[in-house]
Amino acid sequence: MSELDIVGPQLAVLIAAGAVIAWEAIFPKQRAALPYIALLGIAGSAIWTTTWVARDDFQTAFDGTLALDQFAVFFYFVFAGITATVIVASIDWVDREGHRQSEYYALILTASAGLMFLASARDLITIFLALELSSIPQYVLAGWGKDQRSGEAGIKYLLLGAIASALLLYGMALLYGFTGSTLLVDIGAAIADTGAENRSLLIVSSVLLIAGFGFKMAVVPFQMWVPDVYQGAPTPVAAFLSVGSKAAAFAVVMRIFFEALGEDFLSDDWSMIFAVIAATSMTLGNVLAIVQTDIKRMLGYSSIAQAGNFMIGLAAISVAGDDFVLGASGVLLFVAAYAFTNLGAFIAVIGISQRIGSDKIADYAGMWRRAPFFALALAFCLISLAGIPPTAGFWAKIYVFNAGIRADLVWLVIIAVLNSVISAYYYLAVVRQMFLGDAADERKLPVSPTIGLALGVATAGVIVFGILPMPLVEAARDAAEIFTTT
Amino acid sequence: MELTVLVFLPAAAGIVAMMLPAQQAQYAKWIALLGSLATLALSLWLFFEFEAGIGGFQFVDRATWIDTGSFEIQYFLAVDGLSLPLVVLTTFLTTASVLISFSIEKRPRAYFASLMLLSTAVLGVFTAMDFLLFFLFWELELFPMYLLISVWGSGRKEYSAMKFVLFTVAGSAFMLVAILALAFSANTFDIAVLGQSSFDDTVLPLRWIFLFLFIGFAVKLPIVPLHTWLPDAHSDAPTAVSVMLAGVLLKMGGYGIIRMCVTILPQQADDFGIWLAAIGAASVLYGAFVTFRQTDVKRLIAYSSVSHMGLVLLGIGALGSTALVGAAYQMLAHGLITGLLFVVVGIMYERTHTREIGRLGGLARQMPLIATGLVFAGFASVGLPSLAGFIGEITVFLGAFQKHEWAVLMAIFGAVLSAGYILWALQRVVFGPVRHEWDEAGDQRYWWEHAAVLGLAALVVLLGVYPDLIMDMIDPAIEVVSARVSA
Repeated sequence: MSELDIVGPQLAVLIAAGAVIAWEAIFPKQRAALPYIALLGIAGSAIWTTTWVARDDFQTAFDGTLALDQFAVFFYFVFAGITATVIVASIDWVDREGHRQSEYYALILTASAGLMFLASARDLITIFLALELSSIPQYVLAGWGKDQRSGEAGIKYLLLGAIASALLLYGMALLYGFTGSTLLVDIGAAIADTGAENRSLLIVSSVLLIAGFGFKMAVVPFQMWVPDVYQGAPTPVAAFLSVGSKAAAFAVVMRIFFEALGEDFLSDDWSMIFAVIAATSMTLGNVLAIVQTDIKRMLGYSSIAQAGNFMIGLAAISVAGDDFVLGASGVLLFVAAYAFTNLGAFIAVIGISQRIGSDKIADYAGMWRRAPFFALALAFCLISLAGIPPTAGFWAKIYVFNAGIRADLVWLVIIAVLNSVISAYYYLAVVRQMFLGDAADERKLPVSPTIGLALGVATAGVIVFGILPMPLVEAARDAAEIFTTT
Repeated sequence: MELTVLVFLPAAAGIVAMMLPAQQAQYAKWIALLGSLATLALSLWLFFEFEAGIGGFQFVDRATWIDTGSFEIQYFLAVDGLSLPLVVLTTFLTTASVLISFSIEKRPRAYFASLMLLSTAVLGVFTAMDFLLFFLFWELELFPMYLLISVWGSGRKEYSAMKFVLFTVAGSAFMLVAILALAFSANTFDIAVLGQSSFDDTVLPLRWIFLFLFIGFAVKLPIVPLHTWLPDAHSDAPTAVSVMLAGVLLKMGGYGIIRMCVTILPQQADDFGIWLAAIGAASVLYGAFVTFRQTDVKRLIAYSSVSHMGLVLLGIGALGSTALVGAAYQMLAHGLITGLLFVVVGIMYERTHTREIGRLGGLARQMPLIATGLVFAGFASVGLPSLAGFIGEITVFLGAFQKHEWAVLMAIFGAVLSAGYILWALQRVVFGPVRHEWDEAGDQRYWWEHAAVLGLAALVVLLGVYPDLIMDMIDPAIEVVSARVSA
């Protein structure tokens, strides 16, 4: 029972996934209730997580393969927020598409449960299973739209995802072959014991792991799928992919690399790999984003660049002493801030594009007069992505840059700051279109209440945490503390 | 508490103006005027309450904002003798800017809201004593400026606005790296503490930190060759924005160099002093020569600003207490004089819709107020004794001469050149053959224009004949800085 209690947050989501399917089978006429059942499941999961926080008695389950610790709890809340927001933002779109509604919600919920397992997994096999549990629904969802582009996006995502999984398995196999265990703690112990002699083998395995997860994190050079899939996939799904699976990939990479591969003689090397990937992702993503004319592709490239920003936190492992968690907590802070911000941006795009029937940035001209709420909210989200105060994105950047400087990665921080300047150019270009451009069509756009609600929540998060970031910073720090005790 | 009110009062007025219903948009200007007058009154009260004789910071507002355990960011506002005069300059020019914007008809609510937000950002820069808070205000200033130029400007307004933003942001990128590197070796963002610390183990060599900070501020000052955004921004910005830009925004750069570069890293400032002086003198000369080529009155004043701000840098480069005081005084004088010039030129442009020197002439008969203002401001800009500009220039020259003789000689030559050209240009505009084209143009007279011109002119005279009013305040603050340099 206690082990089921520990995976309760995931179970609640999975039960809701079953419930939506059953509901449509039993009450085919009452489809409108489906999203609310899904939301109920997420609320249940969040409450269950909260009871664990209140119990303050974190523990592991299933022979140490799953951990319910502060790190996992942090991500449970992030994923609950992401999933709930995506579901609310999907209501309109799913209604219009009309077909297989329960499956859509069930798949989102299943993927979400997979992400939660990823955040708590402490065993290679569990990690792999959780990854597939979250990935397979996302492959299907990417191809959910009825048009050809969506189908293409789904296939592309599936094929490249399969390759990434293969690389990942190979890396895990090497790691297991060397250490004789799949538990991250045991792997870490084995490496501390005798790892130095097999350093090159471990580096190869690290590279393979980075390649496998790099696909999910959407960093250079594993980013090719991103713009095509974001553009082709239904926008709510793209929103989910851009924040959910990215966040989970960072969570699991932190677990593996900090817990199992954290020895100095390894971390010196992989932190350099992360630093180089961070620099190239930021630069490539930002430069290519400038020339985009389609807002979804633009957000795709921007998400590659943002992943580069997260990664500064991973590269900053070598911060000495008490501040060791600075890099890790920076990643967490960035993940949370980015979740609000990017979701907000995507939801605004959903709301606007649905009404004007176009994803072209040029068609956003004069949006301030046509749909003031959407335009203002989107402007705040873009400003936050650019890392300009007073938004959550600003603090995330400051925090991560700070970690980078403490870890002697000044060159990387300089590249990152210059990249922020480049990114400000294209983010603000959209803002300029919306506020200063002349609309070809001056008619007001109707605002869908559900999309408006989702957008309002996301934007409120961006602004509130922009002015009072302390709660988020503290939560991120608490979550990252687990790495100092292992 | 006083400073918090001072900084956010303009923004609050701006928000109220923004929220007015569409039918009442014409009241936006009155709300802005009320807000800026209240801020002005408060800043004057602070000015007279300030205990001038002692160094150090007064009217401290401070609270912990973010404390992550490894670093702390404070909400920390305070003023000293260096920043308080700049604060008063800002509130004064804000009021003048609001006044000369009274005839704005295009989207007045958004216009006045942006102008007020700009004022808040600049006041924040001058009062923030936490380096990160300072940086926030520094960046905040970009938004209203971008909007003000690109919406209410003229000509290639969007190009100029974007150029302005990109130059500043590129500079502040370097500044941010330097701030972080500095703050984490001292474990604080507190400017007052940083200004008393010495650093031995930093992640970046201190030379680089100094240079990075300097680049961020120098773009704003601006120095040659980072000045190219300034003429574009000036010629395309609406009048009131030019006043704010030349009057207070450029001073953010000079203030930053004195407060951050020199005070926090005195050793490096000393090492680079000769370079600062050289760049300053080069800016004076270059600005002067380029002034010759200008046919647009606003661009003319813009380049003369480059020249005059070069003097500020020259004074800073000399690092002696006289030269630094001169630099600080020159910033105030230039703010008032150039503000006045832009006010008058703006009024003239509103009547004639041209700024081409060749098309104007003989305005003394048709527009007496404008003509008088132009001549007065022209003389002040030349550095006529008994007007504010003279005191600033002479103090800089006196203070810097011993240390960088050649630079001062070059600068004097440049200052004379540009001043001569300004006078000649204004003479062509004001005197010379009357052009009947403008016979009708001078008919309207508005009280708000008179108020702005007379107010600024009175201050230019006051600072010219009674410099001790300000000097007594600046001196102790600069004393602290120069003591640190010579230590």
